[in-house]
Amino acid sequence: MSGKQDFREGVRRIFYRLMGLFSLFMIAGAILIYYMIDPDFSAFKSEKNTYVVMDAEEDIDRIENGIHVRTGLKEGEGLMVVVNNCTNCHSAKLVTQNRMSEARWNATIKWMQETQNLWDLGKNQDVIVSYLVSNYPVEDVGRRASLTNIEWYELED
Amino acid sequence: MERRSFIKKATLSSFAALIGADIVFGSNILEGYFPIGLQDPDPFTMFNKHKEMVVLNDKPWNIEAQAHLLDDEITPNEKMFVRNNGLLPEEVNAKTWTLTIDGESVVNSKTYTLSELKSKFKHYSYQLTLECGGNGRSEFNPPAKGNQWTVGAVHCALWTGVRLRDVLEDVGIKNNAVYIGYHSTDVHLSRDPKKEPISRGAPMSKSLQDETLLAFKMNGKDIPMVHGYPLRLVAGGWPASVSGKWVNRISVRNKVHDGAKMTGTAYRVPCEPVAPGEKVKDEDMCIIESMPVKSLITYPKTGATISEGKSLRIRGHAWAGELEVSKMEYSIDFGATWNRCSIEPPANRLAWQHFSATVTFPKRGYYEVWARATDSKGKAQPMLLPGWNPKGYLNNACHRIAIKVK
Repeated sequence: MSGKQDFREGVRRIFYRLMGLFSLFMIAGAILIYYMIDPDFSAFKSEKNTYVVMDAEEDIDRIENGIHVRTGLKEGEGLMVVVNNCTNCHSAKLVTQNRMSEARWNATIKWMQETQNLWDLGKNQDVIVSYLVSNYPVEDVGRRASLTNIEWYELED
Repeated sequence: MERRSFIKKATLSSFAALIGADIVFGSNILEGYFPIGLQDPDPFTMFNKHKEMVVLNDKPWNIEAQAHLLDDEITPNEKMFVRNNGLLPEEVNAKTWTLTIDGESVVNSKTYTLSELKSKFKHYSYQLTLECGGNGRSEFNPPAKGNQWTVGAVHCALWTGVRLRDVLEDVGIKNNAVYIGYHSTDVHLSRDPKKEPISRGAPMSKSLQDETLLAFKMNGKDIPMVHGYPLRLVAGGWPASVSGKWVNRISVRNKVHDGAKMTGTAYRVPCEPVAPGEKVKDEDMCIIESMPVKSLITYPKTGATISEGKSLRIRGHAWAGELEVSKMEYSIDFGATWNRCSIEPPANRLAWQHFSATVTFPKRGYYEVWARATDSKGKAQPMLLPGWNPKGYLNNACHRIAIKVK
């Protein structure tokens, strides 16, 4: 019987050792994963930061009804290149209210580079300009357009 | 008013007051955390603007009125357009605010505190028409680059301050002075501290006019932050960009001022007329001075339906830059015939003038009431868009409203 007892004892010891080793790996793995996410271990520092509450579910670049919600720009090829290069300094509203030809968008970019600290856009310039001319094309309104979007109401005396 | 520290120092109760609701679990809020309601402030609350004002741009702030909002004889703050070129100044303290007069053409540069300006010089109040040079830009064809103003980038408020002339005389100006240029504390969009968002000015002849003020009050109160608190240069009748906000320095130049938005194509039109869409070289562009004759029907709001046989009272304002409006007319048949409106003289030079008329319609149907002002030199507003220019300035085409008679 004592041989059986010894054998059981041996198995138990091996089991505990393996469990210990496994737990060690798990802990080391958890630390490594945490390190990948937060290399500065900032969660353990008591610095005073400014916290902004964000809905974790919310995608900041979500698109609804063909419109990029955060900026109001139309969905289209090159959208995110425009968002990332053209809305840092000024509002996207300055883009969406304008209608220009390819030549004039390029001239505007040149002007922003010469006077407003815009960086070299490299290959992105073509992407941006083609997004702009296809989503915000020039419309010919003649010398004086008709009145539109009139909200009719009864005028009381 | 130190905007940033104001927010930082604000207590929870003032957060609650700003948001308009109690902050539940307020005592658990982390130090250094700003409630989200204050991070993206609503411009209507922040600048005290009427809810029907239209935001064209939020960085920088550009907000315009609609014609019917401008019905007051003296425009209140809530209906005044905002045209900012940069970000609002980060710190403004009226107690320590100073104005320095320098430049090539001063004898010695001199600095005044705000209270010195107020106590040393006589105060004057004028109603002054300020219109953005790009008001009406949205109608140009081919379209012009920039904020697409429709009709609402104009106002006439009551400004109180000291005459720039009195201050310049106190400093002592050399006889080679050509132009003044203002400098302000607003911040360039790129946040580059070496760049000024805008630094424009006016020739000496405009700078020395009685009505050109260094203003510290608007409509009897401190100037609102977004309109230039605590000190604004106000030069009525010229593009509103001449009226620099948050002014802390004025340079008297021995040449045309070359600050930001004085050069290139900014606030300039072709010296000689060009065809729509034509390219114009920078050296062929000339600085805009006096604004052209223009008018706005402010009552009723466009889209009014009236019963057959009823007459319609219309009213509005007319202005003509440096000049006066001498004649005001309306047409209900697209300019085939014109009828006179009555028009009041201006409250003072450079103030807009109020007009009114009683309009009758011959039968039922759709009408447009068009308004046309003529200045004291006989120039009238065009019914079509005036001369095309690359930046879309100076659209003074007749304003019109739609009316239906049932």
